[in-house]
Amino acid sequence: MSSPRGGDKERGRDGERQIHVLAVDDSPVDRAVIAKLLRSSKYRVTAVDSVKKALELLGTEPNVNMIITDYSMPEMTGYELLKRVKESPTLREIPVVIMSSENDPDKINRCLEEGAEDFLLKPVRPSDVSRLCGRMRS
Amino acid sequence: MELGSLQRRYIDFTTALFREGFLDNQYTQLQQLQDESNPEFVLEVVTLFFEDSEKLLDELSRTLDQQVVDYKKVDAHVHQLKGSSASIGAQRVKNVCMAFRNFCEERNQEGCLRCLQQVRQEYFLVKSKLETLFRLEKQILAAGGSVPVLW
Repeated sequence: MSSPRGGDKERGRDGERQIHVLAVDDSPVDRAVIAKLLRSSKYRVTAVDSVKKALELLGTEPNVNMIITDYSMPEMTGYELLKRVKESPTLREIPVVIMSSENDPDKINRCLEEGAEDFLLKPVRPSDVSRLCGRMRS
Repeated sequence: MELGSLQRRYIDFTTALFREGFLDNQYTQLQQLQDESNPEFVLEVVTLFFEDSEKLLDELSRTLDQQVVDYKKVDAHVHQLKGSSASIGAQRVKNVCMAFRNFCEERNQEGCLRCLQQVRQEYFLVKSKLETLFRLEKQILAAGGSVPVLW
């Protein structure tokens, strides 16, 4: 859906900028589920399967209102993505939500201390996504 | 088969799947997400699950068959299988994965091999049940009816 005005921001039907969420998960099943959950809330979603691809995208497309990432991934973890984002002057304002199937309090605290916006336990449900609603970067 | 009987069969079959623990509420959540913008959503996700799982089961066989078993690798695969089965609501598969991970931690090869057999069995069972479910849905739609909503 392209806006008649062009430009690099997608606009919804009433001219409001559509919120863009970057989802990162190496599991194709989880990627499909999280993308659908987010799209059902009318967000524009880009889903990638690695932190490397996420960082590449963030380098070229800064219009990301939220990042939602799995914690455990091969190569770079979601925690490492969180750190990189928070260390970057251009990216640090983007809220980062971590997802994990493990309810590990130490892990959760570490993520929150590093600046994570929230921590979601998998499998992620619609109610988890609705609670993120007001916390996108504007 | 007549539409009414197809729908009744669908209801009975689905109810049994949940009662027998093959599927849990997460599957219902996926059904609730399906809409006109994505009418095949559940089928798509479940198909991804089938592809992913069969790859993982092959990897698990290979890894457990080695002279020296790399339990970290086994655990990583089981973790992934546990995650994706949880994501689609394949409860019995998920439960076996949990036991499987314990055996990995103990580096218990025999326990792991037993779990592999069990998880494979549960996987193929739920796969067959889901395929039947999808077939029934297709038949109902082809007969001009709508799929009963059980939530």
